[in-house]
Amino acid sequence: MAGLASTLGAGAMTNSIREIEDVPVIFVIGSNTTESHPVISYSMKRAVKKGSRLIVADPRKIDLTRWAARHFQHRVGSDIALLNAVMYEIIRNEWHDRAFIDDHTEGFEYLKETVSKYTPEYASGICGLSADEIRELASILGTADKVGLYYTLGITEHTTGTDNVRTCANLQMLLGHIGIENAGVNPLRGQNNVQGACDMGVLPDVFTGYQKTSDPGTREKFEKVWGVEKLPGTEGAKIPAMFDGINHGDIKALYLIGENVVMSEPNQAHTVKSLENVEFLIVQDIFMNETAEYADVILPAACYAEIEGTFTNTERRVQRVRRAVTPPGMARDDWWITGEIAKRMGFIMEYNSSEQIWNEIRSLSPSMAGITYARIEQQGIQWPCPDTDHTGTCYLYCDNVFPCGKARFQPAEWKPAAEVPDEEYPFVLTTGRRLWHYHTGTQTRRSAGFIDIFPEELIEVNPEDAQKLNINNGEYITAVSRRGKVTVKSWVTSRVMPGVCFMTFHFSEACANVLTNNAFDPVTGTAEYKACAIRLEKSNSASEPEKQRVHRENK
Amino acid sequence: MKTISLEIDGQHVQAAEGSSILIAARLNGIYIPTLCYHPRTRQAGKCRMCVVEVKGLPGLQVSCSIQAQDGMAVLTKTEKIIETRKMIVELYLSNGSHNCMSCEAAGKCELQDAAYHLGIEKSVFPVLKKDMPFDVSCPMIIRDMNKCIQCYRCITGCNNIVVNEVLDMGFRGSKMTVVCDTNKPMGKSSCVVCGECVQLCPTGALTEKKTIGRARAWETVRTRTTCPYCGVGCQMYLHVKDNEIIRVTGVEGTEPNYGTLCIKGRFGYDFVHSPERLKTPMLRKNGVLEEASWDEALDYTAARLTDIKQKHGPDSIVGIGCARSTNESNYVMMKFMRAAIGTNNVDHCART
Repeated sequence: MAGLASTLGAGAMTNSIREIEDVPVIFVIGSNTTESHPVISYSMKRAVKKGSRLIVADPRKIDLTRWAARHFQHRVGSDIALLNAVMYEIIRNEWHDRAFIDDHTEGFEYLKETVSKYTPEYASGICGLSADEIRELASILGTADKVGLYYTLGITEHTTGTDNVRTCANLQMLLGHIGIENAGVNPLRGQNNVQGACDMGVLPDVFTGYQKTSDPGTREKFEKVWGVEKLPGTEGAKIPAMFDGINHGDIKALYLIGENVVMSEPNQAHTVKSLENVEFLIVQDIFMNETAEYADVILPAACYAEIEGTFTNTERRVQRVRRAVTPPGMARDDWWITGEIAKRMGFIMEYNSSEQIWNEIRSLSPSMAGITYARIEQQGIQWPCPDTDHTGTCYLYCDNVFPCGKARFQPAEWKPAAEVPDEEYPFVLTTGRRLWHYHTGTQTRRSAGFIDIFPEELIEVNPEDAQKLNINNGEYITAVSRRGKVTVKSWVTSRVMPGVCFMTFHFSEACANVLTNNAFDPVTGTAEYKACAIRLEKSNSASEPEKQRVHRENK
Repeated sequence: MKTISLEIDGQHVQAAEGSSILIAARLNGIYIPTLCYHPRTRQAGKCRMCVVEVKGLPGLQVSCSIQAQDGMAVLTKTEKIIETRKMIVELYLSNGSHNCMSCEAAGKCELQDAAYHLGIEKSVFPVLKKDMPFDVSCPMIIRDMNKCIQCYRCITGCNNIVVNEVLDMGFRGSKMTVVCDTNKPMGKSSCVVCGECVQLCPTGALTEKKTIGRARAWETVRTRTTCPYCGVGCQMYLHVKDNEIIRVTGVEGTEPNYGTLCIKGRFGYDFVHSPERLKTPMLRKNGVLEEASWDEALDYTAARLTDIKQKHGPDSIVGIGCARSTNESNYVMMKFMRAAIGTNNVDHCART
């Protein structure tokens, strides 16, 4: 989000989901859309049926490539080199939008200078595509009427994540494909309320609606409404700093809501050490998961089907969540639990309903001020929505009005991943999700049928590599990184290119995050989940033939 | 858009130019039954239930496929039309195995509704009983092709709406049936189990495995909510009986998903009722987690946090919020950390 916030002004999708169907050229980079955002992939595929060109740039042969006009299979972590070379070509051929650049952006000369060394030939050596392929991509994007760019964590989960995002924004600014319908820069958010959690200021430097904690006027506004004398202004710790702080002894207590960090944070051994070291660990969750095992207090929470409230989706749309069943046992709403702790610490924060909380949020957040429960009863509204007469905003920066005046080019140099393959660890491990499971598996592994379809973790290994290492499809192998090792069943497939392996973090029995590198983007603190170095070893575990799908024949 | 005027059953109505007679009628509150037409898969021209008489045109016309014209006079309920519809339904009932007794679709079956409204007890035609085995190979969906009326909704949905391109019509003549890929069992096919076909199916040909025997359609109460999985924010109904979610369907006609869902949204709901849900607060006593009351757990938590704050300052406490929880709970958590604890040490997993 920081990358988009610093170039364009707001960290969110510039466009709406319903616009996708009419995007002439859909450029998907670093998003396994059919598996991670299936319903958005439907729109992309419908667009293809209507005549759009779908262009995929991804190190893996993801399912979406079946519908793509072209798949550019660049190397893991080479996005900046590729896109800089594309921009080099666009500028060289004068396909860039001079009028837009002159009137609405700053820093173009700086961009031009930075990309000047990224000739297709030079970038080819980094990204593995031929110079001609890079020229072809540049020509497709450069001569398109409108390009809609879609990315997900393949762009952000790198130590250069912020630079990757800025580079995506640079490309679209260069083409002038911003501030209009059916074009723009669109990060697809991976969890139901990632956008909302950011919008609510569950971040170390902002209150709701991205209002800076460093701004005294903003603090004063919140102090007044919250009835506190003084709110802290200095930026707080991000998750990596929290864990480091625990290990250094500066941080004593961790209040963890709904995050199974043992499974989801990189370098599991490091995470576990922090949880063991922390003096007081509060876990508020719906299941006894791998993280809760370390808790001093466990507070049972109600889940989505048991509560009232709102989620904000990837296109900034605030939508209602409604109670359909009662929570089990003594489980309660998250906000009730937090409020009770506050009360017992002497800070009164009592609410009777989620709507009352929402009204407080909108009173403090200009971008959401116009969104009321009554207005979103039938259909959600997209922020910015400053007042109750405003219908919400389908796409951002209409008429090229950017929050920061002009959009800023922020060119970036390509840098390799923090850990690259070497003799000892010759493979790149990249990670992600599968269609059949979600996150740390706490939900899908407890829902009937999912385990029948996809019973255990598989590591994707290219057939060439498998042959060299004498690995059979379905054989249990050991994947080893500098941080740990897991035994996992192999899936020999050309979905991955030679030298690359792929795993997910859905299964605690073989979790990719035992292996991943806790190296972080310096701006956002996002971990480099998408690239670390591993080696593959034959395992001693008994090899068993690949399980066929098992089906419940219960009719 | 240009508006045209026509007469349906003697009533003067207006419609947008280019709309079918069926749409013109429905938008004006005049009911014409259909089996193959669905607002999202549009006209298929298969079932012929929507036949009407149009003045000046010979015979019966298929209203879903004929454009409404300015000055047209349409009749939708003549004796001839009703007899034709009856015959169509009776033909459907004579082909296959339309036994409503324990059909999961009973109560939301459009063929059953049609038979009810036309007063059909049983088909006058000899029943050509098909005995095709159920396809139960998919863990989520059961295919009973004996109940299929070949409306093409599932095929259109699979190919043109979710574009997974699995279903198609296979074979010819009386052997014609819907197939997955090259007539593979669904569970062995390229199907990604989004369940769009089940949502569109007008009969009990496609039903959900997990709901079998758990509730008749009319016993459930539905609540609209937002999907708890990825960030698309699909709008869905939770169908509930006795405090248990029985099925999930996509909300038709509204952004962002217009009725579609994926495997997780449609079928990944039973974790809610897992016996493994946390039901009681727990406190670690002598190294072991033990059940506690809310008062005990909350008092203890507040006391420990107060103590740590006093001894080590507010910045010795950190909070990680939840990208799955509501805006309201996240706001309260953020407020708690900043106002009650007094630190900006608040973050969550997805700051990217």
